Amino acid sequence: MEPISLLDRRAFLKTSSAGAAALLIGFHLPARAGSDPAQAQEKPPVNPFNAWVRVTPDNHVTLILGKSEMGQSVMTSLPMILAEELCVDWKQVKIEQAPTDPKIYDLGTGGSGSVAGSWLPLRQAGAAAREMLIAAAAKKWEVTADTCKAQNGYVLHGHPERSFRYGELVGDASQLPIPNFKEVPLKNASEFTLVGHDVHRVDAAAKSDGTAKFGIDARVPGMLYAVVARCPVFNGKVASFDATKAKAVPGVRNVVQIETSGRGASTTGGVAVVAENSWAAMEGRRALQVKWDDGAAASESTERLRKQFIENASKPGKVVRNEGDADAALAAASKKVEAAYELPFAAHVCMEPMNCTVHIQDDRVEAWVPTQGPQWAQSVIAEIAKLPPEKVTVRTTMLGGGFGRRYQADFVMEAAQVAKATGKPVMVLWTREDDMQHDFYRPASYHKLQGALDSDGKLAAWKHFQTSTSIAAMWRPNGAEKPEQGEFGTGLTVPYATSNVRFEYTLAQSSAPRAWWRSVEHSSSGFVMESLIDELAHAAGKDPLAFRLQLIGDARKIPQFDGGPNAPPLDTARLKGVLQLAAEKSAWGKPLPKGEGRGIAGFFSFDSYVAAVAEVAASSKEIKVKRFVCAVDCGRPVNPNGVRAQVESAAIYALTATVKDAITVEHGQVVQTNFNDYDMIRMNEAPPVEVHLVLSDEKPTGIGEPTVPVIAPALCNAIFAATGKRLRRLPIRAEDLA
Amino acid sequence: MAITFILNGQSKTVEVDPQMPLLWVLRDTLNMTGTKFGCGMALCGACTVHINGEASRSCITPISSVAGKKIMTIEGLSANGSHPVQKAWIEEDVPQCGYCQSGQIMSAVALLAKKPNPTDADIDDAMSGNICRCGTYQRIRKAIHRAASQPAAK
Repeated sequence: MEPISLLDRRAFLKTSSAGAAALLIGFHLPARAGSDPAQAQEKPPVNPFNAWVRVTPDNHVTLILGKSEMGQSVMTSLPMILAEELCVDWKQVKIEQAPTDPKIYDLGTGGSGSVAGSWLPLRQAGAAAREMLIAAAAKKWEVTADTCKAQNGYVLHGHPERSFRYGELVGDASQLPIPNFKEVPLKNASEFTLVGHDVHRVDAAAKSDGTAKFGIDARVPGMLYAVVARCPVFNGKVASFDATKAKAVPGVRNVVQIETSGRGASTTGGVAVVAENSWAAMEGRRALQVKWDDGAAASESTERLRKQFIENASKPGKVVRNEGDADAALAAASKKVEAAYELPFAAHVCMEPMNCTVHIQDDRVEAWVPTQGPQWAQSVIAEIAKLPPEKVTVRTTMLGGGFGRRYQADFVMEAAQVAKATGKPVMVLWTREDDMQHDFYRPASYHKLQGALDSDGKLAAWKHFQTSTSIAAMWRPNGAEKPEQGEFGTGLTVPYATSNVRFEYTLAQSSAPRAWWRSVEHSSSGFVMESLIDELAHAAGKDPLAFRLQLIGDARKIPQFDGGPNAPPLDTARLKGVLQLAAEKSAWGKPLPKGEGRGIAGFFSFDSYVAAVAEVAASSKEIKVKRFVCAVDCGRPVNPNGVRAQVESAAIYALTATVKDAITVEHGQVVQTNFNDYDMIRMNEAPPVEVHLVLSDEKPTGIGEPTVPVIAPALCNAIFAATGKRLRRLPIRAEDLA
Repeated sequence: MAITFILNGQSKTVEVDPQMPLLWVLRDTLNMTGTKFGCGMALCGACTVHINGEASRSCITPISSVAGKKIMTIEGLSANGSHPVQKAWIEEDVPQCGYCQSGQIMSAVALLAKKPNPTDADIDDAMSGNICRCGTYQRIRKAIHRAASQPAAK
């Protein structure tokens, strides 16, 4: 595996899939929907009893989870898929985290791709195991397999019925030839007894009694705890340090400098204070004296970045997409709207601060990592320990939030470096301040959009200029050449019918680290696209819902622009379906009291369709969100209960980014440090989130992220409906309505 | 300095820096990791425990200040997850990542001890110090109402 050339996330995940397919066998789980599992089946498949299913002779069934549980409930939904085809009693199964083995398991958890990408491979794995058990029973009975059936952990045959428990068969079954996965019979959806039904989370009990083990809970005999002093200025370095006072703090054992980066992860380097407990390490860091070499980024600020944005927007950008003649159509249009929108840097803020525990021994390493990318973590640790990756055991713990932040391996590298330097098992623990100041932020962006209507009320032109601190520019080796890669997300695929579209992009320079934040670039594209269409609707004097439905027009499938060969098209009927469902469930059109309003937005991302209606009471004193009504089409919901939870979660996550604080920069460093100046939505501010699912037979698609893009526009559109004021810059404030 | 307190019904004596916050004594000295670190400034509630029955932020509570007091952590709530609040949490599928939930549950238990039938406004007041980044608030609210309807919670 090559962890260094990271590319953007989408390319990274695609590369991972392709790479793994090349290495492997069987039902590799593609990390993202759209990957073709059949591609991975050219080689003989892995024995499901070695990879996914363990049945012991006493009939205990254990299903293996090859993804990271970070709240999105893969620990429940993925084993459900296996259990469905395997025909076992859900109440009797146990679930176990897979070891880090790139030969069998996936390279990461992200892109809202776990269920979508695992759907077919896990069904095939479960079905293959079931067929092998049936074949083993048939052999014992000396009957043909097609006269036997599997049910609730038994293989049954004949009248009067005779049976074997799976536990009695597994020894024989695991020795049988592995069926061809392309031909292994899968259940009809009408036979599903688990998939499509509400199932309780399997991890709820452990997460309600304090026994769930997160990374921060790793405990190894003799371990030490470390915190790292990092230069607050982006890319700054240690000039010198004096550890005398730090070492005088009781409990501090060691102070070691760690180098910037190294291969495989983006780290700042710094000075690690290693102590007997976390508190002593923090106290030691407080006493540590470090002189920093701030470097060139020290002059950067949010104010200067905004000047750059406005300067960039005054000039044409690089043409990303151009069809027809948008400028001519704009000039000739009877009605047009031009608007500029702005989104700040956003931090992930996982509730569990970053941490990693590494124990380097002579010939092997053990690590406890709350990570979305265990294989990446493994390769980073191997690099530092100077051992082959297979000598590094990464135990993926529960993740106290992920949201894209835990794809990074910076905190892993630091732990490996400190463990190497001290020769002890060490946890590197980040404080909240470390987490907020040294995140990989959602890019800040500025958008100028123009839309025009012709005399028939049809969309004559759509023009979108963006300047942003792109992710690609940071991660791609030649990112400066194609910084726009990924920055528009599915915003490049306009569902509103027009023959004149133009997209332009200009990179804004920044030293702030950027990467994938929940829903990534869709969070900005959804906001600006669904705001502008609302502005157009009002300019045309039309109802915003009716206007959208009219402009989307006839049912058609629009290929995703730049979406790659496996990207499914945008199905306008499904987009209309969620808009109409959200409208219906929210009593769209029913009058509201003065000062209140409804707003709608719909967006296609992660191959799923989500619409939201926001209801708000707004004035210059307060923006009170009364509720969100969300409609979702993510294909067949494997666990509807889990799907609803993800929509509820993403709505609140997005609401925080819409109405709470911005990450800002002064003197080349992030200003915000903790929840006092970068607050989250809390209980008293959390509106009800209603979730309505489209009953779909389509294959499952993403759900962790695609609600995020519709929340800010639905809310800002609702505020416009309530007050007549259009808010175009996030985060929004009640004072903006004065 | 030796400090003695009652932890989940049992006397404990620790020999630590008197300024060390209770959170780190629990987590690193006593290896009781159910109580979580979130902010270190009493801003997020992840570290909530009960001190003499009051919901308190253990991350800013010096260990010296709890000498002789009764501490209850998530581990002390029930032997087997059977506390009505825990059962309600499971029934409503409240946790997502789950990291904040020890603190949420300890705040909810303290609320129900004072107000056996809390209103939504009571829940807002008692629970707004606890951040959940996964946004499980509406399920927390439902779970508190559910637990309130169970006689044993009171």
